[in-house]
Amino acid sequence: MAARALLRVPQRAKRGEVIEIRALISHIMETGFRHSERGASIARDIITDFRCTYNGAEIFRARFYPAIAANPFITFTTIATESGTLRFEWSGDNEFTASESAAISVE
Amino acid sequence: MNRRIFVLALALTPWMRTARADAMHDAMSAVLKGATPREGRVKIDLPPLVENGNTVPFSVSVESPMTERDHVRSIHVFNEKNPQPNIGDFFLGPRAGRAAVSTRIRLADTQTVVALAQMSDGSWWSGSANVVVTIAACTETV
Amino acid sequence: MRVFALLLAVAASLVHADERRSGYEFMSRSTQAMQDDDTSNPAMLWVLDGEALWQAGKPSCASCHSNMSGMKGVAARYPAMSSGRLMNLEQRINLCRTEKQHAKPYAYESKELLSLTAYIALQSRGMPIAVKDDATKGKALYEQRQGQLNMSCAQCHDQYAGHRLAGSTIPQAHPTGYPVYRLEWQTLGSLQRRLRNCLVGIRAEPYGYGSPEMVELELYLMSRARGMKMDAPGVRP
Repeated sequence: MAARALLRVPQRAKRGEVIEIRALISHIMETGFRHSERGASIARDIITDFRCTYNGAEIFRARFYPAIAANPFITFTTIATESGTLRFEWSGDNEFTASESAAISVE
Repeated sequence: MNRRIFVLALALTPWMRTARADAMHDAMSAVLKGATPREGRVKIDLPPLVENGNTVPFSVSVESPMTERDHVRSIHVFNEKNPQPNIGDFFLGPRAGRAAVSTRIRLADTQTVVALAQMSDGSWWSGSANVVVTIAACTETV
Repeated sequence: MRVFALLLAVAASLVHADERRSGYEFMSRSTQAMQDDDTSNPAMLWVLDGEALWQAGKPSCASCHSNMSGMKGVAARYPAMSSGRLMNLEQRINLCRTEKQHAKPYAYESKELLSLTAYIALQSRGMPIAVKDDATKGKALYEQRQGQLNMSCAQCHDQYAGHRLAGSTIPQAHPTGYPVYRLEWQTLGSLQRRLRNCLVGIRAEPYGYGSPEMVELELYLMSRARGMKMDAPGVRP
């Protein structure tokens, strides 16, 4: 099944208000430091990059390492500037990519 | 365990610990590129006693007005005792409004977590937190 | 006078017996917070998959049970007698698969079965647990000493509930939140997976997935939690 993501972006905000954004995505975040019961090493499979844009302009970016827990969850803030779309992009090992969008209306 | 191996293991333990602390130091140096961070302005929130090291709620915030002229550019988080010293790098700017990021992290052992923040004037600040990690009860082999 | 004292003692023990707490109440504030918000509870990612699976296949779950509101309270009533045998929610889902959808049953702990179970369990959130069947067999299993440590479920979860075992607080064995996202697993898992962890913990041979012993134990645990509110899909340490 494809990756699933859950976002929390306020639907409405006042111009200039600092809003909190949350993003959760399904991913195993295999560290690359584990071994199978037979001793074979399990290859790393993690999300390495996360990016959020607000009407096309990047407002937040993160780089993840194996120490980020499975099903990565991230919260950050931004100033509500104008109505439009927040776009969330994840990418990582084994050509993993996922994206999700949320609309915001700013008064 | 064979006694000789045991003695060897004991002798190696402090060395391994230093090696891992060195790994964190090296990872921090790679980010600092010769700069020296000042202690302060960076606050880490971690539960003092972790319920499970596999998923630990983690927050970091930096004191900053977050204006065009004076803001946090990036926050870098490191650990002492995981197999790898980096946890995450976060890039923000004046549009963030606040310098506050939360995520969930993995901690293999009781240890110190360090965060470095670079300000828009190029200065570096640091903060740290100590965390106690215990082994969960009744874990499994699938 | 003596009778009165005895009555008082009985009354006191009844009050004591009603001091039931769910696993949720034993968790730290930060883990509770993780469960409380649906955009921070990782179990909700499985619910999204369950929602999609509910509509998938011919016939789909939705073709028969058109309205999801019909699933309200269902998870709170399982395990229950169905088609002449005691089955848990997972087995009931698989019975639908084999008999109505003419499809292969989902494996225990498969993403599909967990997702559907989580989606159905979510419909009972906040509703009181209401299993009906006789849990005598499960109670006997709960109280039976076993494994190399020669321990029973009751020793940890009745006698030592609230005490600490390593970093964890031992809860009272009221499974209000299953399937749960366990921080230890970093994934969603069933009550049977959790019970198998307990059994391995006391160095006992764990009962097989879907075995009669497992389902009887599940029924007994749910009967202990009768009247308590469902909080599935939950987060547990």
